[in-house]
Amino acid sequence: MSSSRAYRPSGKSPADKLRTSLIYVLLVIGVGIMLFPFLWMVATSFKLPQDVYNLRLIPETITFDNYTAIFKKAPFGDWIKNTLIISLIATATVVVFDTAAGYVLAKFSFFGKQIIFLIIISTLMVPTEMLIIPWYLIANDLGWSDTYWGVLFPGIITAFGIFLMRQFMDSIPSDLLDAARIDGLNEWRILAQIAIPLVKPAIVTLIILTFIGNWNQFIWPLIVLQTEEKFTLPVGIVYFSSELKDTSNWILIMAGTTISIAPLILLFLVFQKQIIRGIALSGMK
Amino acid sequence: MLEQALRLTARKSRELLHTRLTYRTQRYLFIYIALGIPLLYFLSTRMAPILYAFNVSVREWDLLSQDKPYVGLANFSALFADEIFQKSIVNTFKFVIIGVPGQLIVGLAVALLLHNVQRFRGFFRTVYFIPYVTSIIAVSWVFRWILMRNGWLNEMLLNLGLEPQLFLQSPRQALLLITLTMIWQSTGFQMLIFMTGLEAIPRMYYEAAAIDGAGAWRKFRHITLPLLNPVIVFSAVIGVISYLQSFGQVLSMTNGGPLNATTTMVLHIYNLAFQQFKMGSAAAATVVLFAVILALTLLQLKVLNKKVEY
Repeated sequence: MSSSRAYRPSGKSPADKLRTSLIYVLLVIGVGIMLFPFLWMVATSFKLPQDVYNLRLIPETITFDNYTAIFKKAPFGDWIKNTLIISLIATATVVVFDTAAGYVLAKFSFFGKQIIFLIIISTLMVPTEMLIIPWYLIANDLGWSDTYWGVLFPGIITAFGIFLMRQFMDSIPSDLLDAARIDGLNEWRILAQIAIPLVKPAIVTLIILTFIGNWNQFIWPLIVLQTEEKFTLPVGIVYFSSELKDTSNWILIMAGTTISIAPLILLFLVFQKQIIRGIALSGMK
Repeated sequence: MLEQALRLTARKSRELLHTRLTYRTQRYLFIYIALGIPLLYFLSTRMAPILYAFNVSVREWDLLSQDKPYVGLANFSALFADEIFQKSIVNTFKFVIIGVPGQLIVGLAVALLLHNVQRFRGFFRTVYFIPYVTSIIAVSWVFRWILMRNGWLNEMLLNLGLEPQLFLQSPRQALLLITLTMIWQSTGFQMLIFMTGLEAIPRMYYEAAAIDGAGAWRKFRHITLPLLNPVIVFSAVIGVISYLQSFGQVLSMTNGGPLNATTTMVLHIYNLAFQQFKMGSAAAATVVLFAVILALTLLQLKVLNKKVEY
């Protein structure tokens, strides 16, 4: 640090200041590009039908009618409930199974461990599209289509999560676990009371990423769900918007997209530290 | 009395069980349960379905009929003779060719900008990341609205005295615009992995280069880029896989139109399987997609991951 300053004694020269200002200008333009679609979406959703083509970002008259209207026009309440239930169940099973599997892969050595790890990781290479047709045929045969379980069964354990947990569990000192064994704790209690508290941040990250992934997942629910009341939000949005697009009812479509996006933006703003760290670490390791 | 006796027996048997479960057995039981369930799960929901997909791809698979006769590679030859499938392959590669370098450059540029400022870094990082966590479907409909014939962008063009554009209804513009929305949505993720990469580069390299009188461009060209190589490979591999699977945006923004100008392989697979119920052809198309993804990923790892001399 100090040496680089020494070679640039004019650390705060006018040229440097200009350069920094230019960077901030570019970054602010970027902020505009990133946020404008959301602002325009929210603005449209609060507009009266006659103002829909008005370019004002803050409507002259703000109305909540579009929000009450979409709940009457489509089972948005059901869609929110379905999405929430499915996302919560999937997150719970993923956390339990992925954590335990990641722990075993990181902290135990036994015959066949590498092969098992390879099998699990190689499933990440398989595109979901290839699995969807067999899943659909299986779900049809077993009577799982159009049910919560039908949506859930492909995602109750994830290879990504096992990989993530393995990476984090790896840093737990083995001595600590051995000490607990000598104290007579069984393996389940060691996992629950010693290992898990040590990787709590990673588990929080896994929880949030899994929840977001399930909330937004689209192609599989689109295929396995058939009745309107069973839809999840993304499937419902496509269904609802496709119906309305011919009437150009954009104020209602934007109210619908706002409802499906807003909870996730709020979740992200609350947990952004964990989310960003989780993605950075899973990407780099 | 009896109750007490029963409780006593229960405790005794528990104690016995506890001593029987020696450390070794307990440990193996733990491993079997913790790893066995996921292993069985992946074998049954991933490995077996892959074999099933191969099986479906060599049969004439009509959902309504009982027998699914073996037809060999007929589905594949029909597929490659199908003009829409050919077009969908070309389109999918267009998505990859525009999207992957596009998101790489945008993500790296944002990361470099952020790396050079101190104040508000967290704020910018948060804002740029927001699109990545939102639903592809919802976002696609927002862009569709902005790009409508009488949507915001055309109104702006009119206000500036320019010609309104067809945008998503134009066979020439639609694919590029969908790719741009994909780049927009992935910028935050790309920025993040590049920022992590940049932070891992030791400062002393730049200091040494500064002593040698290297300018900003030479430092970027000879230090930043080579040292970021693993991150670039990672970004490119993830990018190629995700652009090869383009679906949600296309379905929501154009549904493949106009004139199949934006139909992708996955959209075509979806239409074959779930609109026309030709499971055999659709499964054959997924096998082709799988092969393409596998080949490109391996090729990329080989070409891009060569050791760099510093």
